[in-house]
Amino acid sequence: MGQTIAEKILSLHSSKQVYANELTVARVDLFMGQDGTSPLAIQAFQEMSGKKVFNPAKVHLIIDHSAPSPIEGVSALHKLMRDFSRETGIHLHDIGEGVCHQLIPESGQIGPGSLVIGADSHTCTYGALNAFSTGVGSTDLAAGLISGQMWLKIPETIKFTCHGQLPKGVYAKDLILKLIGEVTADGATYMACEYTGETIAALSMEARFTMANMAVEMGAKAGLMEADEKTYRWLSQFTGQKFTPVKADPDAVYAKELTYDTAHLVPQVAKPHRVDNVCPVDEAAGTPVNQAVLGTCTNGRLEDLRIAAQILRHRKVHRDVRFIVAPASRRIFLAAMQEGVIQALVESGAAVVTPGCGPCVGTHNGIPADGENVISTANRNFKGRMGNSKAFIYLASPATVVASALTGEITDPRAYI
Amino acid sequence: MLLRGKAHIFGNDVNTDYIISGKYKFKTLDMNELAKHVMEDLDPDFYQKINPGDFIVAGSNFGCGSSREQAPLAVKYANISAVLAQSFARLFYRNAINTGLPAVECDTANIATGDELEVDLTKGEITNRTKGIIIPVKPLPPVMIKILNDGGLAAHFRKHGGFNF
Ligand code: SF4
Repeated sequence: MGQTIAEKILSLHSSKQVYANELTVARVDLFMGQDGTSPLAIQAFQEMSGKKVFNPAKVHLIIDHSAPSPIEGVSALHKLMRDFSRETGIHLHDIGEGVCHQLIPESGQIGPGSLVIGADSHTCTYGALNAFSTGVGSTDLAAGLISGQMWLKIPETIKFTCHGQLPKGVYAKDLILKLIGEVTADGATYMACEYTGETIAALSMEARFTMANMAVEMGAKAGLMEADEKTYRWLSQFTGQKFTPVKADPDAVYAKELTYDTAHLVPQVAKPHRVDNVCPVDEAAGTPVNQAVLGTCTNGRLEDLRIAAQILRHRKVHRDVRFIVAPASRRIFLAAMQEGVIQALVESGAAVVTPGCGPCVGTHNGIPADGENVISTANRNFKGRMGNSKAFIYLASPATVVASALTGEITDPRAYI
Repeated sequence: MLLRGKAHIFGNDVNTDYIISGKYKFKTLDMNELAKHVMEDLDPDFYQKINPGDFIVAGSNFGCGSSREQAPLAVKYANISAVLAQSFARLFYRNAINTGLPAVECDTANIATGDELEVDLTKGEITNRTKGIIIPVKPLPPVMIKILNDGGLAAHFRKHGGFNF
């Protein structure tokens, strides 16, 4: 019987061939935790009488959500992570290194066919590398650190085939917002998504990460793609390791198959307070903007910063807009500096913050005031997400965010490209 | 396991940021402290309204959003005995079972705020005593029953020294 990408990768990590809806206890290649989930995992590890980590080389803890620490309580939790890492010999990524979902792919330890478990919901990001990666909670992570394993239900898969080339000024972010709007926030719950078709093939790796990242906004467990030359070229910056790419069989069984024509897609915006409350940019155009955010694990990569700099070069952001930029990793920050991208952004009025999550989750770096509107490249716009339940968050592509920062209101970026 | 209490109704797509806002969860591991802020953005006085044993009753996709285990833990420490919903988001469901909070999938359309409920997890049914009706419960997968019966995943590991299904 044919298998989907998810079924194949999970079979490779189990002691038997597995298919949708079966349960397996799988061997995991890499575990990740961040500063919102790791402290509880360390506590659970102790509660489970955990003595040592199964393989310290395969575990990364990352301090990115509130980094540097804004308050004593957080400092104590960060210290707990540092102490635990030192004692067990696992990798610790301290403040300034970047956001977890950029650092794990940059580690060079994962690639096509890998199985990765992270205590963060957007762990699905690495599906862009043809890895099965999914989020779990802290107790699951603790169980993984002790055993090297994870119990999983094999998900059914929805296949999205995207035909056509995205028009100028329209990006992967617009495409994934469109898909989420159609499938809705729970349309893929417990399932995996496979993205395929010539639109996906034409996307850069950066853009593919954006699409895989947001699979969880449809409720999905993973957002998977096949590997190709671009995947290998991207990986070769970080590792010489050879991976085993995994393709779906022609007779794989899907829960649903959806087809989209992307050639006429227009820029999209998710309006407050739901990620699936998606409309074409002109429906939201004209909404005043108080804060614009470029960054997060969805869109803080070099390509995103370049797009922003291109639009902003020799222009100034609107005087009523606070423009916050959080590069996704130190490596990206340095590359953007070298190219003059950071220079251009700062000259236009950007406030650049530490590589990491930035203001995405409302712990630091720019909490909006009551009644304010924020336009962000992030992946969630829930009420209170950025630390104030009386603020309004709009989600869009880096181009739309930056065009809006320029004019002070939500703006179609195509006139600026 | 027989649970008794009153229902508190919430809508569809209650996300983890509503259950416990990110601005609190990063600060502390003190779940009693977090519990005071449970559902605060949807109902600022919710914590005050809870009597020990009460239920959160919701529509579809309960707990969507982040992987934060603080969400089921804050609910549990607020003395809620179970969450009943039309459906759950994957991560919340998993985390609830792992931390020993029953997450019960059932038809919640005939439950209103204040209704007296009796939830029998062994028999797999809910009695709405106020309305005098019985609501069937979708059974949990065997792995999850095993984890719940052991008292959560940590206790399961302590007992068996690893996964044992
Ligand atoms: S950037 Fe935002 S969505 Fe991504 S890991 Fe950080 S908090 Fe989560």
